Amino acid sequence: MKTPEAPFTDPWHAQLFALTVALSDGGRFGWADWTRAFGATLARHRQAQGALDGEGDYWAAWLETLEGLLDARAMTSAEGREATRAAWERAYLSTPHGQPVRLS
Amino acid sequence: MPHDHHDHPHSLLPSDPALRVKALESLLVAKGLVEPAAMEAILQTYEERVGPHLGAQVVARAWADPAFRDRLLADANAAMAELGISGRQGEHVVAVANSPGQHNMVVCTLCSCYPWPLLGIPPAWYKSDAYRSRAVREPRAVLADFGVTLPEGTGIRVWDSTAEVRYLVIPERPAGTEGWDEVLLATLVTRDSMIGTGLPRKPDAP
Repeated sequence: MKTPEAPFTDPWHAQLFALTVALSDGGRFGWADWTRAFGATLARHRQAQGALDGEGDYWAAWLETLEGLLDARAMTSAEGREATRAAWERAYLSTPHGQPVRLS
Repeated sequence: MPHDHHDHPHSLLPSDPALRVKALESLLVAKGLVEPAAMEAILQTYEERVGPHLGAQVVARAWADPAFRDRLLADANAAMAELGISGRQGEHVVAVANSPGQHNMVVCTLCSCYPWPLLGIPPAWYKSDAYRSRAVREPRAVLADFGVTLPEGTGIRVWDSTAEVRYLVIPERPAGTEGWDEVLLATLVTRDSMIGTGLPRKPDAP
């Protein structure tokens, strides 16, 4: 039997999934801690936005959960994440099309 | 839209969440908290290697070999290992078998826990609020939405997955498959039949 559908609809979903599993496998947090935090985010989003469709909104909740979990454990900070995000944005805007984008 | 370099003198800017993921990754890699090689291995596993075909192998073996079925129901992780399928550390797979009076269905009401090593990444509907909230409350209505009608008097048991325990449904072997080998049997096992929201294909179906 072949898999009928691609497991991830957007490359960043796959990156985020792999990053989270790698962090947990590496002992940065337990998987039960992850599911508890993720379940709480999903419940909060459902209250605020209504029923989630399990696709884009699901991965948005996943990303928010991971950011919160890492900040709470002092592995990242909101300021650090935003500065790095902005640096990536600048890198994309200043890298000629077709060349690999890197952080300077 | 035609690809035109003049329209994009710079690289296309990824979406905001995509940039946030890149930011997390580069921060954590720089701090040595995650290995790019480990991420790459996980990506390859889930994009290319793992999927419902592995669960189908396990189910087909259980159909063909009663002793394996007993071992699978007693200790699924050990039985999977016989087929070279390893579970994730800290996760326990529990196989639940359908029988003439009993249908089983799997959900994760908390988030989206799922037997990844056997079925890969769950489909969007498994992760949706609609399924997660209704599967326990009105399993028959959910099954009807999937086009599944069970014989009168069949009980439905809904299993709620957790971070530690993941369930795999062993559907009933379809009639008319006597003498089939495992490879052929596996072609009848659908992903949904292993979640309990579907039934296996019938041997005469195209």
